[in-house]
Amino acid sequence: MKQCLLCENNTEMETWLLFFGAKSSSLCPNCLGKLEKITGPLCRICSRPMKEEGICSDCHSWGESIYAGNRSLYLYNSAMQSLLARFKYRGDYALAAVFADDVRREAKEAECDVICAVPLSPSRLLERRFNQSEALIESAGLTHTRLIGRYESDKQAKKSRAERLSAEQTFYPLGQAEGKSVLVIDDIYTTGTTVRRVAEALKEAGACTVKSVTIARSGS
Amino acid sequence: MTKVSFLTGRELIDEEMIYVPDEHTSTRPAIYLDNGRLRCNRCNNTKNFSSHRCARCGKVCTYCRNCIEMGKISSCTTLYRWNGPAPKHPDHAGTLHWTGTLSEGQRAASVNVKQAIIHSSEHLVWAVTGAGKTEVLFQGIAAALSDGKRVCIAAPRSDVVRELAPRLAAAFPDTPPIALYGGSPDRSSYSPLVVTTTHQLYRFYQAFDVMIVDEVDAFPYTFDPSLQFAVQKARKESSSLIYLTATPNTEWQSEVKSGKRDATLIPARYHRHPLPVPATRWCGNWKKTILPVSVQLWVKEKLNEGSRLLLFYPHIETMDKALPLFKEIDPRIESVHAADPLRKEKVELMRRGKIPALLSTTILERGVTFQGIDVAVIGAEDAVFAESALVQIAGRAGRSAECPTGEVVFFHYGKTEAMRKAIRQINEMNKLGVERGLIDE
Ligand SMILES: [Zn+2]
Ligand SMILES: [Zn+2]
Ligand SMILES: [Zn+2]
Ligand SMILES: [Zn+2]
Repeated sequence: MKQCLLCENNTEMETWLLFFGAKSSSLCPNCLGKLEKITGPLCRICSRPMKEEGICSDCHSWGESIYAGNRSLYLYNSAMQSLLARFKYRGDYALAAVFADDVRREAKEAECDVICAVPLSPSRLLERRFNQSEALIESAGLTHTRLIGRYESDKQAKKSRAERLSAEQTFYPLGQAEGKSVLVIDDIYTTGTTVRRVAEALKEAGACTVKSVTIARSGS
Repeated sequence: MTKVSFLTGRELIDEEMIYVPDEHTSTRPAIYLDNGRLRCNRCNNTKNFSSHRCARCGKVCTYCRNCIEMGKISSCTTLYRWNGPAPKHPDHAGTLHWTGTLSEGQRAASVNVKQAIIHSSEHLVWAVTGAGKTEVLFQGIAAALSDGKRVCIAAPRSDVVRELAPRLAAAFPDTPPIALYGGSPDRSSYSPLVVTTTHQLYRFYQAFDVMIVDEVDAFPYTFDPSLQFAVQKARKESSSLIYLTATPNTEWQSEVKSGKRDATLIPARYHRHPLPVPATRWCGNWKKTILPVSVQLWVKEKLNEGSRLLLFYPHIETMDKALPLFKEIDPRIESVHAADPLRKEKVELMRRGKIPALLSTTILERGVTFQGIDVAVIGAEDAVFAESALVQIAGRAGRSAECPTGEVVFFHYGKTEAMRKAIRQINEMNKLGVERGLIDE
C-alpha cells in the first residue's frame, strides 16, 4: 500500500497481481479513473480523435516533412489539466511517475534510435527548476540525448493559435543525429507546432525521421 | 503598497520576496535536516518529499510536496522575513462601530474572550448553531486594536472569509480587515486586522498578538497537522488564542465539562428559541430504493405545506441517482456538491427562495443560512455523518428570528451512535438554555 500521489487515499492493487509481477500504480483507483485514455478512431498522424480513421485537416495542411507523427495517450480533460498543471507549473516532479509505464511502452513500440526531450529556454528552465519532458523520460527509466537547444522566447502559453502557428523557430541543432530516427516525448500536443519545430531542428542535426509521444492531446 | 506593509509579519520564499533584503531581513533555509530527518520550515512536513536534479542549484534537490500549492519550496529555497518596525495602527483603531446588542449568552462569552485577549491566554467559545459567535469577538478585538495589537481570524474556507470580512469592516471602519485566500486581491496589503483561510497562514511568522480560529472542528484544520502548525507559527510567542466552534470533538467536550479547558458555552440561539431536535425515521435500504417511500411522502407533504427543504445525501453517486426522482416531484429541485461549477448560483437561488428543495452532500452542512427551511438526512447512518456533522446539519433549521422553528428528520437504515450522540447534544443544549434562562418557553 502506497499513498496516492494526488490524494489521501491508498493505491490499491490486488495482491495476486503483484505476485505475477504487476507494478502497483502511483494513483488510487479514484484519481486514475478520472483520466481518460484516447480510444476509437484517430488521425493516423496526430492522434486526434475523429469520426473515422484517416488524416485530419490540420495534418493535411502541414504538408511533407520528416515528422512521421504523434501518439497521444490521454484526453486533455479537466483531471488531466489539473494533474499536468501541478506537474509542470507547480513543479511536482514526482507526478511524472504516473506515466512511467505508458512512456516506456510507447517508446518501445516507436522503435527509434534515440530519444530527445523538448528543451526549455534557459530562463524558463531556471524558473521551473526542471524540464517536464526530461522528467517524463527519466521517470520511465529511459535516457535522452541532447540533440537540440532552445533560444529565449516569449511565453508560448499566452499566444493565440494563429500566433503560435506563425511563431518563429526557437530550436537549434546541438548534437549529431546523422541518419537516426528520433523519438520526442512531451506532455501536451496542441497544434503540433512545437514538435514540428523540434523536428526541423532535428533534421538540421541529421535525423532522418522524427516521431513524438505525448501524454495528452488537447485541442478539438 | 509599501515595502513595510508588504513585509510585516510575513515569511516569504525567493519568488515572493520582491524587495532587496536589508539590515532588518533575516533568512533561513526552507527545508532542513532535523536530527537526520527532512523537515519543511513552512509547513512542518516530514514525510511527503520528492527530489530531482534542480536547474537552479545544479544538485539533486529535495522539495516539499505538502505545501507545493503555495509555491514550490526546495532545498535551495530561502525563506525571508523582515523584522523592522511594523506600521503604526491608525487613529481610532479599536473604536467599535457596531450598534447591535448581545444576547445574554453572548455577553458572558464576550467578557471572557476580552479577558483572554487582554491576558494573552487561551479560550474556547462553544456556541450552538445560530448563537451569533462573530459578535462575541467584537469587544475583545476592539480592546486588542486599541492596545496596538495585531489580530487574525482564521477560517477553514474562503467563502467564510469573504462573508466575515465585510461584517468586520462595518464594525471596525478605521481598520478595515484584509481578506486573504487563494487569489485574493489583498494578498500583499497590511492591516492590523486580518481575516484569512488557515492555508494562507503558511506565509506568516510570529505576526499576531491575537489568533482566533473559527470552526476549529471543521475540515481541513482538524485533520491536517500542518495547518495547525501554520496557526502556531503565525502567532507571536506571547499571544492569545481563541477557538470558536458549535461542535467541539469528544475530547474537547469532556475537557470543557471537567473544567480542564477554559471555555464559555452559549447553549441557546440569539432568538431565544430552542434548537430543533431531530426525529429519526427508519427508511429501509435507501441505497437500493434511492428515494425511499417514507422520504417521498415526507417531501411531498412538506412541499404541499409550502415549506422549503434542504436534503442531505452522504455521497454524490446516490445523490445523482436520486435527483431525477426528486425532479418528478418538482422539476425545480436541484442538487449541489463540492466540485459543482454552479454551486454558488444554486445556493443563491435557494437563498432567494427560487428552489423548493436542494439536495446536497455534506458540503452545505455548515456556514449556510436559508430562511424557514426543513431539513432531512437520507442515509443518516452513513459514516460521513459524524456527530458534529449531524449537529451542524440540524442547525440549518430555524435559524432566523422570523422563522425560528423547523423540522429535522434523520432517515436511516439502522441507528448509529453518532445519531444518538447528536440528538443527546442538542437536547442537552436546550436543557441548559432553559436552565440559564436563555430560552423563552
Ligand atoms: Zn487519489
Ligand atoms: Zn492530425
Ligand atoms: Zn512544506
Ligand atoms: Zn535546487
